[in-house]
Parts: sequence; structure tokens; C-alpha cells
Amino acid sequence: MTDNAHQIPPAPPIPNVEFKAATLLILMVLLVSAAIIYLMYARGAFESTQKLVLIVDDAEGVVIGMDVTFSGFPIGRVSRIELNEEGKARMIVDVASKEAHWLRSSSIFTMERGLVGATRLRAFSGILSDPPLAAGAVRTVLVGDVAAEIPLLVASAKQLVQSLNALTANGSSLELSLRNVKSLTDKLAGEGGALGVLAGSDDNAKKLLVTIDRANTLLATVDGLARKADSQVFGKQGAVPEAQAAIAQLTGLLSDARTSLKKVDAVLIEAQAVGANVKGATADLAPLRADVESNLRKVEQLVNEINRKWPFKRDTEIKLP
Amino acid sequence: MLRRLGGNVWAWLGSWWQIALFGVIVIAQALSPSTYDRTSRLVIARQIVRATAPNLLWFTVLSALISVVLIRIVIVTALSYGLSRFAIEMVVRVLVLELIPLTAALFVALRYTLPGSAEVALMREQGALDALRRKGIDPVAHEFLPRVLAGMFSVGMLGAVSCIMTLVLTYLALYGFTPWALAGYTRVVGQVFNPAVTLILVLKMFFFSVAVSFIPMASAYYDGLANVRRHRGANGLPGIVRLFAVVLLVEVASLMGNYY
Repeated sequence: MTDNAHQIPPAPPIPNVEFKAATLLILMVLLVSAAIIYLMYARGAFESTQKLVLIVDDAEGVVIGMDVTFSGFPIGRVSRIELNEEGKARMIVDVASKEAHWLRSSSIFTMERGLVGATRLRAFSGILSDPPLAAGAVRTVLVGDVAAEIPLLVASAKQLVQSLNALTANGSSLELSLRNVKSLTDKLAGEGGALGVLAGSDDNAKKLLVTIDRANTLLATVDGLARKADSQVFGKQGAVPEAQAAIAQLTGLLSDARTSLKKVDAVLIEAQAVGANVKGATADLAPLRADVESNLRKVEQLVNEINRKWPFKRDTEIKLP
Repeated sequence: MLRRLGGNVWAWLGSWWQIALFGVIVIAQALSPSTYDRTSRLVIARQIVRATAPNLLWFTVLSALISVVLIRIVIVTALSYGLSRFAIEMVVRVLVLELIPLTAALFVALRYTLPGSAEVALMREQGALDALRRKGIDPVAHEFLPRVLAGMFSVGMLGAVSCIMTLVLTYLALYGFTPWALAGYTRVVGQVFNPAVTLILVLKMFFFSVAVSFIPMASAYYDGLANVRRHRGANGLPGIVRLFAVVLLVEVASLMGNYY
């Protein structure tokens, strides 16, 4: 009895304990079998499939169970990878029979390796009216490798960065141009504005403004002048009407002059006839002149003879004492 | 000093040897059909109900809450990095494969097997086990085996319910109440659970349940195990440390199997 007093009280009895335990066991069995069936279904154990063999140079990144997609929808999965006699990777893909009609004899297959994430296998069918792809068909995969293009890209980017550095360095032409643009915009924002930029300095701009003002006053004066000139030239007493009258008179004068000229013409014709006569007379004058000259010479010689022979020759010499 | 170190190592090895020995005794009992007579079946049934029924609801609610929070964090983070394609895989791997089995094992250890071990140790100290022996009832078959079996079953049950519930919650958190994403989700789940990963998960659950059930009971079974370090601290503490060390080892081994 003393032993019993020290014992811990037994756990309270659980009603229907066997039923509850059986329920738990059955629940466990159901859960585990449901999980197994679901996982088998998820891994495609209950799908009817057809085989497709894809050949690729390098199967890096391809894993068993990987999807093959068509338009983004998974239509098959890689079930085995092996090397063929030529040393290329042979991927055996199980394509679900109900999706196999998307693959045609003209379909192409690509493998893409992105920078982030797994490698992707894709199928493209350009012409859906082509005959369907036969089971067990062998196709070569086109590979697009982003990683392989990185070194090239990096080299180009480096060059670009160097050019940019040279372009933006201190003292580069771009920097100088920008500095000039800055001074230009400063001037534009300054007192002189765009006129200052054109004139070179603010003083010149002021001069220009003064010039413009003066030109304005000049223009006003010219305007007044022009008005006056207008009234003088085209007014009632203006120059033009008078000039018109003068021209009319001139026309009269000219017609008079024309008649006078006609008369002169006639006179000239007569003068021409006179001239002709004078010409003839002039032609006769030459021998006459020669005659006169020879006579004169004879007279002179006679006078000289007389002078020599004349005793009363006058002595013109003055004799000084 | 060397002698003391040697003594400690010897005692440590001895304690593991005793655990192995206890395991063999319990397995032998579990495999002999004569164990499962009417009385034993009743005892086993009672222990299974005691181990599982009160914990199932609590653990399911708790793991659902934690799962929803973690699923949300993973999905939002994956979205912000533009990696939403990998969110499902990550959630399934982190929660279903790693966290939930570990939590289930620790929950069962703290709520059932460690208190059970203390209970049996008290019974042994009070001579109740000897009394059973005098009555011709094997205490291993009557007290230890039912608790071991109930602990193993409880770990499996809690783990299975929570894993399935987390898969459902992940689907709902990602897609909402629509059946149209089920095919794609199933496909991703199928890709995560390849045969190697599934086998590692099953093995992990099994070894967790073994560790959680056997180690505390072995501590209660042997006088020596409880007495080795009694002077250092509370009774049962070495058993807890040993249990957590084994659980950690199993977890590390499973991680190595999955990711190396």
C-alpha cells in the first residue's frame, strides 16, 4: 500500500481510445498515400508520353526533370541525358502525348542560358499544318548563350567608357564648349541679353541701343521730310505737275525745233553745193598762190638789186666820238 | 587529469552504447508479434492519442501562422528582385523540406517525449517499474515501447499534416482561390521533389522521429544515464542536450545530401 501511495496518479482514461488511434493511423496512411500519388502525378508518372531526342554540343545547365516549353507552356520534360558516339549530349525528352501535336516536323528547338536562372529548352513550330513530329525523332538544338557574349560586351563597354572619359576630361573640347556655352548663357541672362552676346560687350550693346534710338529719330525726321517732299512733288503746286506742263511746252518746242532743223537741212544742202564750189575755187588758188609767190620773190630780188646799186645807201652805223 | 578526461570519454561512449542497446531492445520488442496483445494494443493506442491528438491542432495552427509569414516574405522578396519564378521552389525547399520537419520533431520532443521520459524516470525511481516486473509484465513493452512508437508516429503525423498544409497555403498565397494555376504549381512541386530529395526528406523524418523518441526514453531506462552528470544540473538535461545534438546532426546530414 505504501508503494501505491508514492506512485504518480495514472493518466486519465481516454474514451474511445482505440477508435481515435485507428482514425489517426488511417489519416496518416491517407495523407502519406495522397502525398505519394500527388508527387508521382507531379513528376509525370501517369502521363502517356512520346520520346523526342535532342542533340546539343554542351548540355551544361540541363537537369533531369527540366521542362521543355512551347509558347511558355511546359509540354515535356527531360528524362535522361547521355553522350552519343560523337561526344555530343543526347537529351531524351518525354513529351506528353496530349501536347505532342504542337510539335511538327518543321519545329525547331532552342536552348537558352540566361544570366540569372536555369537553362531553358524551348520548342517553336512555325507551320502548324506540317505533318506531326514522329515519336523518337532526333533533332539538333540551337544554342543561345548569353554568358558567351559577355566578354565581347565588356570589351565594347570598356572602349565606350574610355571614349566617354576622354570626352568629358578636364580641358577636353566638350568641356571647353560647355564652358563657352556657360559664359554665353551667363551673358544671355545678364544685362545686355542676346544683344550683349552679339555685340561682344555691354558697352557696345549700349552704343548699339543709342544708335538704334538715333536711327529712330532720324527715321521720324525722314518721315516728315518725305511727307513734305511728297506734297512738294505731287501736290497741286508740286514739281510734277509743273514738270508735266514744262514737258508739254518742251514737246511744242521740239516740234518747232524739228521744223527749224528741216529748214537747216535744206540750208545745209545748199551750203554743201557752195562748199563744192569753194573746193573747186580752193584748188585753183594753189597755182595762183605759187604765181604770186614767185612774182614776189622776183620783186624782192629786184629791190635787193636796187638797194645794192643805189648810191644813197643809208648808213645806219652810229659813230661815237 | 588525463585519467579524468579518459573517464569522461569512457562515460560518454558508454551512454551512447546504452542508447543503442535500448534501441535494439525496443526494436526487438516492436518486431515480435507477441507484444501486440490486447492490453498492449490498448496502451499503444492510448499513447498514440496522447502524443498526437492534443498537439496536432496546436502545431498545425502554429506552423500555418509561421508558414504564412515566411511565404509572404519569400514571395515579396522574390518579386522585388524580379525572381518570382523561383519563389515557389524556394518556399517549398525552405519550409516543406527543412523547417517544418525540424519544428515538428522539436515540438514533439518538448511536448511529449521529454515529459514522457521524466514521467517514466519518476515511475522507475518510485519502483513502479519493478512492481510491473513482479506482476510479470515487461516494463519495456508496457511503458517504453508505446511511448517510443507514439513519439515516432506523432513526428510523422505532425510533419505530414503541416507539410501538406504549407503546400496548400503556398498555392493560395501565390495565386489565390483559383484552380487554373494548379497544373503549373504541380509541375514545379514535381521538379522540386525529385527522387533524391524525396528520399532524403523521408529519411530525415524517420531519423528525427527515431532521435526524438529513443533518446529521452533511453535516458529514463538506464540508471547510469541519468546519474552520469546528475551533479551538474537538473535531471534529464543531458538527455535534452544529447537529443538536440542528434537532431542537429540529422539536419546537417540532410542539408549536405540535398545541396552538395
